Amino acid sequence: MSSPEQWTRPEPGAGPAATAAEPTPEQVIAGLRATTEGGAELTQLLNPEGERLASAHFDPYVSDIDAEALRGLYRDMVLVRRADREGNAMQRQGQLGIWVPLLGQEAAQIGSGRALRPTDMAFPSYREHGVAYTRGVDFKELLGIFRGTDHSGWDFQAHGFHPYTIVIGNQVLNATGYAMGQKFEGKVGDDDGEATIVYFGDGATSQGDVHEGFVWSAVYDAPVVFFCQNNQWAISEPTERQSRLPLYQRARGYGFPGIRVDGNDVLACLAVTRWALDECRHGNGPVLIEAFTYRMDAHTTTDDPTRYRLSDELEVWKHKDPIERVRVHLARTGGADQEFFDQVQADADAFAADLRDFCFNMPDPPPERIFANVYAEPSPVLEAQQREHLAYLAGFAEGGER
Amino acid sequence: MAAPVRSTADQPTSSVQNLTIGKALNLGLRAAMEADDKVLVLGEDVGKLGGVFRITDGLQKDFGEQRVLDTPLAESGIIGTAVGLAVRGFRPVCEIQFEGFIFPGFDQISSQLAKLHYRTQGGIKVPVVIRVPYGGGIGAVEHHSESPESLFAHIAGLKVVSCANPVDAYWMIQQAIRCDDPVLFFEPKRLYHSGALKAPVDTAAEPDPLFASRTVRQGSTATLVAYGPSVKVCLDAATAAAEDDLSLEVIDLRTLSPLDLEPVFESVRRTGRLITVSEAPSESSITSEIAARVQQECFYSLESPVLRVTGFDTPYPPSKLEEHYLPDLDRVLHAVDRALAW
Ligand SMILES: Cc1ncc(C[n+]2csc(CCOP(=O)(O)OP(=O)(O)O)c2C)c(N)n1
Repeated sequence: MSSPEQWTRPEPGAGPAATAAEPTPEQVIAGLRATTEGGAELTQLLNPEGERLASAHFDPYVSDIDAEALRGLYRDMVLVRRADREGNAMQRQGQLGIWVPLLGQEAAQIGSGRALRPTDMAFPSYREHGVAYTRGVDFKELLGIFRGTDHSGWDFQAHGFHPYTIVIGNQVLNATGYAMGQKFEGKVGDDDGEATIVYFGDGATSQGDVHEGFVWSAVYDAPVVFFCQNNQWAISEPTERQSRLPLYQRARGYGFPGIRVDGNDVLACLAVTRWALDECRHGNGPVLIEAFTYRMDAHTTTDDPTRYRLSDELEVWKHKDPIERVRVHLARTGGADQEFFDQVQADADAFAADLRDFCFNMPDPPPERIFANVYAEPSPVLEAQQREHLAYLAGFAEGGER
Repeated sequence: MAAPVRSTADQPTSSVQNLTIGKALNLGLRAAMEADDKVLVLGEDVGKLGGVFRITDGLQKDFGEQRVLDTPLAESGIIGTAVGLAVRGFRPVCEIQFEGFIFPGFDQISSQLAKLHYRTQGGIKVPVVIRVPYGGGIGAVEHHSESPESLFAHIAGLKVVSCANPVDAYWMIQQAIRCDDPVLFFEPKRLYHSGALKAPVDTAAEPDPLFASRTVRQGSTATLVAYGPSVKVCLDAATAAAEDDLSLEVIDLRTLSPLDLEPVFESVRRTGRLITVSEAPSESSITSEIAARVQQECFYSLESPVLRVTGFDTPYPPSKLEEHYLPDLDRVLHAVDRALAW
């Protein structure tokens, strides 16, 4: 009988081949444990109890994070969570068509986002509101997508933050191409090198686009960090539906390093992403990071997770909350007092109130928007369709009814 | 033509049930799975969740994980493995979560699914059904409201159909599964759970053939041709027009490839006017194909050019603008006015 070890980490020739596709009971238990604990190779600097763990390899990457900087990361996460909750509320009130919550993934997003430099480029999927925030994108600019007033609003070049991508996996190839461009332009090779980071989920790792991104980036030594937020679920499908082995281990097969970080540990996410970006800047990319985290809310506001997962699971993960551990650490080490925490909460409430105010007053786009920018060059066909449609609408204005 | 398949599941005392399109599809799938144990359902979230629209609700519970497969997240994988399963003798029914996500599987559809039978001179049959929720009007984000059916109708070797009411939903899905050719099955997602469209479905009835159009309202002034979600729009327009003493005939195409245009030709020869309605962009589409064939077959009967009421030739806009983009009752009647004023 094969051991759990073999199942989660098969080494060629290291044991007998598996005899059946059905896992043994030990394998099932090993798999379950892997889902809630992240396994022995999880990189962690701040555990759920708020204790700082030493790491010879990664400590240097966060040596600048003093109490003040940690308070900053804490504030980032609290603000982003508060805004995220407001997104849910506004959807319930009919102000947004849908909201895609990031609850539970604040550390993965703030930690990795804060590791980026202004010259770096980030390619998000659709849940990366926290990363958007670290790139200086105004949270208000995210709302149009979910309210249905636009497909993408921000200045992606100025912020180094590509438009959201909804088709699972597409952006991984696009990011790889962008990183190849950084390399081709000679922007890689020293401390000042550029890098690209791309975000995707555990489910996305099954898409051909993601595999091709791994292949391309390896072949062209592209300076790209693949940041996979393994939040354990792809809508109703657990990660075991996508892979037999921990996702970070896939990197090895493509010939580049993969690492699993505690996605609920903002300090570890910051350190590991800085390290990975550094590797890329110096020409040692790509790197795969699996941020082991948990989607604490529904997939989107239209999803009903009670149909496919137990609330026990959520209860377990609540003990590993990404914000709480920083709060405990700051309080215990004297890094922050109650006044600070109260102030952050007040700031977060004001941040959300401002967002809400903005959202309620967002105007609908004009119909001309439908026809604009389909092509870079003028389109007589679409200009004619627009003229015809506007004339049609004008007919109602005259007739008084539509 | 495939014979009707009777459902034996929770057989009510009467064979007539009042169903939505969504529930009719669910029961149709169930009946097909009961009738033939080679029928498999595969897709993302089709198991425990029952699909994001709940069309496969309860199927995994009753038929097991070997017949209702929650697949890894990859459409090329879903369709490519369905082709292989079909070669092995299964009849896979793939669910694509939203039409906008079918494209990672486009290569498998066009290169293998559509051509295996031809390439092997009939040696390999690929009876795969791909269910595709399509169309707009649900206030969704990008890629969730499109109408890409014409892209598939353009590929030889594929059959493409769309249902517009619960009775057709129940029977057409079973007939598509029984069909020995690959069938792209387009489902009008905004009407899945429409109470207004609920209709009595007689599961013991004899269904119409799958690849046939149907006249769903008789009229004499002009002909409206539509399919899927646009059929209801046209029926509503015809009802409104009747108040102005305009008698509009409405034809539900049902089959987009092969097209069954005889009923359309016959109708246009009587009414002299044709308006085709679809949410898809008009350029190189089903509606342009109909216009081309009608002018060829009915040239001397036409009193006005064939007009089209469709989405614009743009990407699907942000949802706050979709009411402009989607053909509605007013735009259909406006086209009728233009045809009559020609
Ligand atoms: C190509 C494609 N197929 C299906 C979908 C529908 N869909 C949206 S999100 C999702 C699950 C994604 O899971 P994961 O990659 O783990 O990311 P998460 O949403 O958990 O962040 C699916 C199937 C899609 N957007 N794109």
